[in-house]
Amino acid sequence: MSKAASVVAGYDNAKVLNRFDLTKRLVARLRNEEAVIGGIGNTNFDLWSAGHRPQNFYMLGSMGLAIPIAFGVALAQPQRHVIALEGDGSLLMQLGCLVTIAAQQPKNLAMVIMDNGLYQITGGQPTPAAGTADYVALARATGLTKCAWAGDEQDFDKLIDAALADGGPTFIAARIDDKPGVGPTDRDSVQIRQRFMTGLGVRRTV
Amino acid sequence: MHVGSIVIDTASPVAVRPWYEVVQHTLKHNDVKLVTYVPDKVFTPLIKNLHADSDFLTFPTAREEEALGIVSGAWMGGRRGAVLMQTSGFGTIPNVLASLVVPYQVPAIMFVSERGTLGEFNLGQALVCRTMRPVLESLAVESHTITRDDELEFIVDRSIKQAVATQAAVAFILSPLLTGGKVFEA
Repeated sequence: MSKAASVVAGYDNAKVLNRFDLTKRLVARLRNEEAVIGGIGNTNFDLWSAGHRPQNFYMLGSMGLAIPIAFGVALAQPQRHVIALEGDGSLLMQLGCLVTIAAQQPKNLAMVIMDNGLYQITGGQPTPAAGTADYVALARATGLTKCAWAGDEQDFDKLIDAALADGGPTFIAARIDDKPGVGPTDRDSVQIRQRFMTGLGVRRTV
Repeated sequence: MHVGSIVIDTASPVAVRPWYEVVQHTLKHNDVKLVTYVPDKVFTPLIKNLHADSDFLTFPTAREEEALGIVSGAWMGGRRGAVLMQTSGFGTIPNVLASLVVPYQVPAIMFVSERGTLGEFNLGQALVCRTMRPVLESLAVESHTITRDDELEFIVDRSIKQAVATQAAVAFILSPLLTGGKVFEA
């Protein structure tokens, strides 16, 4: 797909991709200790399975807060790029956060939405938005300008590279299949936070 | 008399500064300079003054959960933050307290303007107020109901320091006795 295609890819012509594959692609493109926040469930499981990094944070609950948490990290560390990985159902829990981010315009924040139209982890029920709402259009309507559907794998790579190179805020949505997450994350919340803060240079290992 | 870094004027127990100036000063003094909020009428002067103070980054969020998520992320990135909300806003955050703030040991600093008591006119506020302290107690989140000007700075200053030192959240419930509350004509 040409570079120009990334501008015009819409929901209807976006290829259905795979979350774990995209997560591995994302992680492989990180060169500068970027922070990555995994939402609950499968975004988090696949982030863990793509290879743990000290700059990864994994939520256990608080559905919908991956983007606000990433935004907070971005505010605290403006020199570091921060990426939120969020599912479509999770985004629906906290759509209003896009309005806040559009107003504040953090240059070092990227949001990646994995959209399969399903509450996959609870049994694959369709979300209320499935087949009707267009998340990129919703994001654009909040005032975010760098918003795109990933047309295919290569387009996803280009969009990630552009987010990290040009600055944001950037909103990238990908249509994904209904494959489950690859494996559960270790669920030691204090260790997750401590490792993350150490990875961000806020804490020293004791 | 000096207690730590704050000054208590024992000769004049009535504070000369209004509550919102004390809160602003105490936040700044403790390097808490990111403030996210969903507003309440009672907070109007505090929010106005925080926006006017270039030392602070202050902005509204769409929900209180979001505001807490932002300060949690900021804390992990090395920046202290506080959240302002009203009582009914507190009613929306138990899940975030139970699944993020408490288990991850985030010293979230919360100011709740207390509605639902001492002259409330809205039954919805009055009922949600009844749920607030049991939620805080059930999660073992430290909270203080502040009613007096002369105790405000001591409580807020010491409790922020404790929150950071012990990595535990704290909620300051600002009573109408302190702020005047939101009044109506019966």
